Amino acid sequence: MSIFIDRETPVIVQGITGKMARFHTADMIAYGTNVVGGVVPGKGGQTVEGVPVFDTVEEAVERTGAEASLVFVPPPFAADSIMEAADAGIRYCVCITDGIPAQDMIRVKRYMYRYPRERRMVLTGPNCAGTISPGKALLGIMPGHIYLPGPVGIIGRSGTLGYEAAAQLKEHGIGVSTSVGIGGDPINGSSFKDILHRFEQDDETQVICMIGEIGGPQEAEAAAYIRDHVSKPVIAYVAGLTAPKGRTMGHAGAIISAFGESASEKVEILTAAGVTVAPNPAVIGDTIAKVLKEAA
Amino acid sequence: MDIHEYQAKEILANFGVDIPPGALAYSPEQAAYRAREIGGDRWVVKAQVHAGGRGKAGGVKVCSSDAEIQETCENLFGRKLVTHQTGPEGKGIYRVYVEGAVPIEREIYLGFVLDRSSQRVMIVASAEGGMEIEEISAEKPESIVRATVEPAVGLQDFQCRQIAFKLGIDPALTARMVRTLQGCYQAFSEYDATMVEINPLVITGDNRILALDAKMTFDDNALFRHPHISELRDKSQEDPRESRAADRGLSYVGLDGNIGCIVNGAGLAMATMDTIKLAGGEPANFLDIGGGATPERVAKAFRLVMSDSNVQAVLVNIFAGINRCDWVAEGVVQALKEVQVEVPVIVRLAGTNVEEGQKILAKSGLPIIRARTLMEAAERAVGAWKNDLTENTIVRAVQ
Repeated sequence: MSIFIDRETPVIVQGITGKMARFHTADMIAYGTNVVGGVVPGKGGQTVEGVPVFDTVEEAVERTGAEASLVFVPPPFAADSIMEAADAGIRYCVCITDGIPAQDMIRVKRYMYRYPRERRMVLTGPNCAGTISPGKALLGIMPGHIYLPGPVGIIGRSGTLGYEAAAQLKEHGIGVSTSVGIGGDPINGSSFKDILHRFEQDDETQVICMIGEIGGPQEAEAAAYIRDHVSKPVIAYVAGLTAPKGRTMGHAGAIISAFGESASEKVEILTAAGVTVAPNPAVIGDTIAKVLKEAA
Repeated sequence: MDIHEYQAKEILANFGVDIPPGALAYSPEQAAYRAREIGGDRWVVKAQVHAGGRGKAGGVKVCSSDAEIQETCENLFGRKLVTHQTGPEGKGIYRVYVEGAVPIEREIYLGFVLDRSSQRVMIVASAEGGMEIEEISAEKPESIVRATVEPAVGLQDFQCRQIAFKLGIDPALTARMVRTLQGCYQAFSEYDATMVEINPLVITGDNRILALDAKMTFDDNALFRHPHISELRDKSQEDPRESRAADRGLSYVGLDGNIGCIVNGAGLAMATMDTIKLAGGEPANFLDIGGGATPERVAKAFRLVMSDSNVQAVLVNIFAGINRCDWVAEGVVQALKEVQVEVPVIVRLAGTNVEEGQKILAKSGLPIIRARTLMEAAERAVGAWKNDLTENTIVRAVQ
């Protein structure tokens, strides 16, 4: 199967009764995702988009066998919902919510480590567009039709810039094995490194595309990991060459506050690790097409 | 969100961090009065602006008389203080803080930050106080002491003692140092700070540990649960364009270039700015209007971008995923009918229903320059801006 989700993976939506969550639940079902239920405390017994709503994640897992969860819960309550999923035995959780306090995320990460590795939930996001394995399942808010199935694994901190890359690939007739949004927050569930590890093991992925941006150490950590542990070709683009130091550029995590966090420094570090860096966002598709041709 | 030094000191003092006696003043007369209240014969007058490097920029003065305080304040009030952190336009001085001078024996650097590698709160300390942390890391990296806080149990006293001993603080002062560190951490965690910096933390000749300066930054995402912290926001310290944007729920950062940008998504917005630069232009701003580009948001965005008088062309780059391009195009057309835009407008739409979107833009009769790709959009924006400049120059030359 693809990394994280497949056609059969049973999915629940936390916060399913919200307007945005309803809309995207319908969209995911239309795409073919196996949505089996939703969770909203106090709204158990209702039906939304044809699936049952439960009061707790625990109950939803017991009744539906859910393995993956999509969190649409508002920022003040999102951290609690993620921990609830981790405790109920959800295997893979995507959190879309933008605006979760950083210290809440620190507690979430600490909480997840209570569980032994073999039953520890994997979290991607928050503040991301979700995960899609084209032709199989969509767990998120991205427009499914811009992705063709294919050999490219995409990891990105940004939503629409990820769409841009997928659309450029589609123009070339190139498809995607899985696209994972890791989100734009300073403290996130999974890093580039965590997802690179998955793609390296994944039979369906031939090349990996990483879309980074200014701020934080994760691109540099990924570079070191790629140098030592990744055999598949990696293409990267880093947004924010024109971003000033010390300013938050939309994403809470997109701020240059230390050495090595600017786009030009990240490009240098990735290049030194053997990554093919697309010089500008307009040629991400061209660069991947070229690398794929060389690899063939 | 940033706050002033005097506000940070007040917060930290409530958590047991000792500070020198001090008071706030809004006028030179009030400053002199405050100094008399504090007592002593030497005072430090400090401009309250949201930026570091105030000392070197002339924003901090030691005074030893009433007249000297008044004279110093007259030079400070209403002036723009330009430090290496403010940018060339500087930040206005509308408040000063008057503090009793203290005899300094040693200066220590103390910072609490969100460390993104360990995903924990990290304490950074150095015996080389007074210097900025960037300088310390570059020149005396061996002097830096670090500790991370286990989030489940919080900062432990033994960690504080370790820091105190590593900094070579007199063992008689260990307990006071532990109290200072615990106080900072509690303030940090209680109020969802992202940074607490005391530089310098001083040990005085009479064996006290005092925060001589203090800076705190708070997590914007957590302000909803700290309304009394939100109230400390000082709009006089913000770029007025950014204040307006924040009030309208838009994410905007003002820059020095002249090509305005309206984009959906933060990553795509940065990528658009980068492409403009690559095409030979300079972006005037970062602006993320959010995933759903509704006509209202597009109109708001145009008003905001056009409020910057440096803007000589506007580039709109929308990737319509869930929203369709035809719908976004209608929004752009409607916005351009509502908002007076007298500079070239370049629109690039991508995603769902691109062709219909392009048709709507073409049929509108508005002078919109259309582009298919990101590169084409940037090149046309830069081209339009340059042409516009040339035309204006020719007109001026003819006159």
